[in-house]
Amino acid sequence: MPKKVVSIVVFPGSNCDRDLDIAVQKYMDVNTELVWHDDPNIKNQEMIFIPGGFSFGDYLRSGALATKSPAMKEVIRLSKKGVPIIGICNGFQILTECKLLDGALIDNYKRLFICKENFVKIENKNTQFTKNIHKNVVQFPIAHAQGRFYTSEDNLKRLEDNNQIVFKYSSRDGKINKSENPNGSMNNIAGIINKNKNILGLMPHPERAVNFSEDNDGISFFRGLQNLL
Amino acid sequence: MIKINKHIVSEHGISEDEFKLIKEILQREPNLLELGIFSVMWSEHCSYKSTKKWLKTLPTSGEKVICGPGENAGIIDIGDNEAIVFKMESHNHPSFIEPYQGAATGVGGIMRDVFTMGARPIANLNSLRFGSPKHPKTKQLLSGVVKGIGDYGNCVGVPTVGGECNFHESYNNNILVNAMCIGLVKKNKIFYSIAKGFGNPIIYVGAKTGRDGIHGATMASAEFDDHSEDSRPQVQVGDPFMEKLLLESCQELMKDDAIIAIQDMGAAGLTSSSFEMASKGSCGVKLFLDKVPCREDKMTPYEMMLSETQERMLMVIKPSKKKSTLRIFKKWGLEAAEIGVITKTGNMEIFFNNSLVGKLPIKPLADSSPEYDRPSEKPFIKFKKENHKNFSIKSALIKIISSPNHSSKKWIYHQYDRSVMCDTYFSSEQSDSAVIRVHNSTKAIAVTCDCNPIYCNSNPKLGAEIGVAESWRNLIASGADPIAITDNLNFGNPEKKEIMYQIKEAIKGIKTACEALNYPVVSGNVSLYNETKNKSIFPTPVIGGVGVIKNISRSKGLRMNEGDKIFIVGNSHGHLELSEFNRICNKNFGSPPPLDLKEEIKNGNFVRNFIKKYNSIVTGCHDISEGGIILALAELAIRNEKGLNIKIPSNVKNSKNWLFGEDQSRYLLIVNNEDIIKKVAKKENIKLQEIATVSGDKFCIIKKFEISVKKLIKYNNIWFENFIEK
Repeated sequence: MPKKVVSIVVFPGSNCDRDLDIAVQKYMDVNTELVWHDDPNIKNQEMIFIPGGFSFGDYLRSGALATKSPAMKEVIRLSKKGVPIIGICNGFQILTECKLLDGALIDNYKRLFICKENFVKIENKNTQFTKNIHKNVVQFPIAHAQGRFYTSEDNLKRLEDNNQIVFKYSSRDGKINKSENPNGSMNNIAGIINKNKNILGLMPHPERAVNFSEDNDGISFFRGLQNLL
Repeated sequence: MIKINKHIVSEHGISEDEFKLIKEILQREPNLLELGIFSVMWSEHCSYKSTKKWLKTLPTSGEKVICGPGENAGIIDIGDNEAIVFKMESHNHPSFIEPYQGAATGVGGIMRDVFTMGARPIANLNSLRFGSPKHPKTKQLLSGVVKGIGDYGNCVGVPTVGGECNFHESYNNNILVNAMCIGLVKKNKIFYSIAKGFGNPIIYVGAKTGRDGIHGATMASAEFDDHSEDSRPQVQVGDPFMEKLLLESCQELMKDDAIIAIQDMGAAGLTSSSFEMASKGSCGVKLFLDKVPCREDKMTPYEMMLSETQERMLMVIKPSKKKSTLRIFKKWGLEAAEIGVITKTGNMEIFFNNSLVGKLPIKPLADSSPEYDRPSEKPFIKFKKENHKNFSIKSALIKIISSPNHSSKKWIYHQYDRSVMCDTYFSSEQSDSAVIRVHNSTKAIAVTCDCNPIYCNSNPKLGAEIGVAESWRNLIASGADPIAITDNLNFGNPEKKEIMYQIKEAIKGIKTACEALNYPVVSGNVSLYNETKNKSIFPTPVIGGVGVIKNISRSKGLRMNEGDKIFIVGNSHGHLELSEFNRICNKNFGSPPPLDLKEEIKNGNFVRNFIKKYNSIVTGCHDISEGGIILALAELAIRNEKGLNIKIPSNVKNSKNWLFGEDQSRYLLIVNNEDIIKKVAKKENIKLQEIATVSGDKFCIIKKFEISVKKLIKYNNIWFENFIEK
């Protein structure tokens, strides 16, 4: 049987597309199609990834200009049909800018770019994206200047009530507290899904946690996505 | 037409003798445009006129060298049809005037040098020197430079994996920002800057030309004074997004065989790129400046030729590939224009509004650029009389690990994306060199930046030798075979005898060490006039070393496990002059430790072969440098959050000298089997001393003192946090 194909949307300024492409092909056992931002057609609709980077230089606001791309308009249309969509880092910022996900990602608390290894607790293991990850706490690097999740108190409550919060920055043993919060995100939020549970956005980089050791947690993240196809 | 007078000539930094030579070459008076072109081409920055004579003496070839100095960057062979392109370059003057943009464009420039040659940049490093933390400008300069470096590299998506950052009052008014980039290229896909083929089109691509950075190269060739900040408009502005588009479009274009020659427009912009390409290919050029994409209205030929707008490239392409080339640039949203043509006249002919506005012979201009043998004289170093302080071993250790130069640099490197591209195995806080996997292979590249200006100030030759040896040692400690270096020579005003002495001696030192270690110089950069109001920086010849690791599983970091034993490889004599220890005691005089290059090679080869042969026995490795044995051990404890039981050998007479001495050519090897290493060292007649066992959570020197590793970590973190947040 030929391998299934998933799509990765690439913008001018994307810079995690190669890393994501490699991780997806290797650990989801699929082929990929890189969709250039000005392509209004996305042929392979099994699953769509929006990679990290600095789309259009992140001028104006992170992710803001990318929302105007023909490919993104198609992503928005397909999202309504329930196509699984995952945005990582800049991808998450783009998804919030498109209003496919709630909230906004604003300047880190200290207003500095931050790159480090971080522990992330999986808050909701009942999503199609996380149910196959064995561990409760995973280690993914973060690398962003605007990753501080922010939303209104009402929205936050709604996200919590609907179990839409999927990842939270935590200690190695899963404790959620201020000292483990790298960027000042509300309630340590690192990743959320939409109400219909087909769109996931996260700031940490699972695609950067697949190298040099078979124990790295990015591997189980991508392997776990195979069941969606 | 402006008449060229004495004042205009000197404003362009051209001496009377140089002006005479210009008239001889042209056989007439130059016009303003031509004078401007001469001034940048013959500036210290572009022509290396004060150092050329001495740089020529450096060893630049070797079995693994594909391309030495003279091109955009140096290239070494790493086997399997792959090569590494690398270079270091300074952006000192602009970074002092405008730290954020100065540092950012420094990173951008060096990456372009690397990807111009067909390589994909795979890692950035930087070597930073700031003034005293007490100086009112230091904090703002540090914040701006670090953010500038981070924002640029992070956006382009190239990991910043290492480097060094030090503080010393000699840099109070002249900070140093040296950026290094390494790139990976297929050996049969290397691009050079030799223009060829009469009639071939010259294509301009990238950012539109503006009035920024005019005379940046000349600025970098003069001392600072009270009005230096007025030159802010000469500092260029960086656009990393544009750089990313240029990088990706060039990579796409380079898959095809469209490009004949390519050169980035760096210092002296369109002038130096067009002259260099034509000069290397012994051909002529016609430039049509009306075709140059401009950002501002009514730009003059003078401004266009001298602008240093960033993120621009010039290339000569095959006429048959013009369409496909322009199509690729269009896809990436880049402005591209055919602005000239290669001719056989040997002249640079510049047209504007259909008339010839400048005509210069290319070869004579490039070949007869001045070369000076400036007078030199050994300086007399005055030492300040200061009250000496005394420290116990424990308090000295705490003082050093919480000092600006040795405290944790987390605040800096957390702002650098180190994990993008997924090939960073060790960034430089985890190992003596940064270790980057060669994509899709089991090979890796090790990279490090080193210099000890304190040593160089006292003895520039020995100091430079030690810099080279330390970089060699750092590569070996990471498990690599050292291959070659790039150097970035930062000094004061070469027109002063003492400074010229430092320059010549430092180059001699690099030559001596590189020859002995079979470690050629493949690229480099010189930054002079780093002085303000007659006060020069300490001589700072920074060495960027590159090595290869055949199998990444054999690379070593600062790792240790409970129960491991730590051995010192090499002789410890207890040299304290100019050491960190003496410096905290206010004893700032004396000589650097002696360096025996034969011993360096012997010890280095022992460590290198031992790691290769007994990989599973060696948990980690660390070189012993500033701060001596005790600091090297403390760094291991802090890094691993593990305790050490340290036993000073019974024959040591003075434990302070022994612990803090900075004798060269030494390593700490962390092993899980003591018998084998003892046996092998004995057989090879290597000095080996057992020093510590990894155990518990305390840093303990038996019969001296102990302190919890937690406390050490706290002391190590405290300075930066306080300095920045205050």
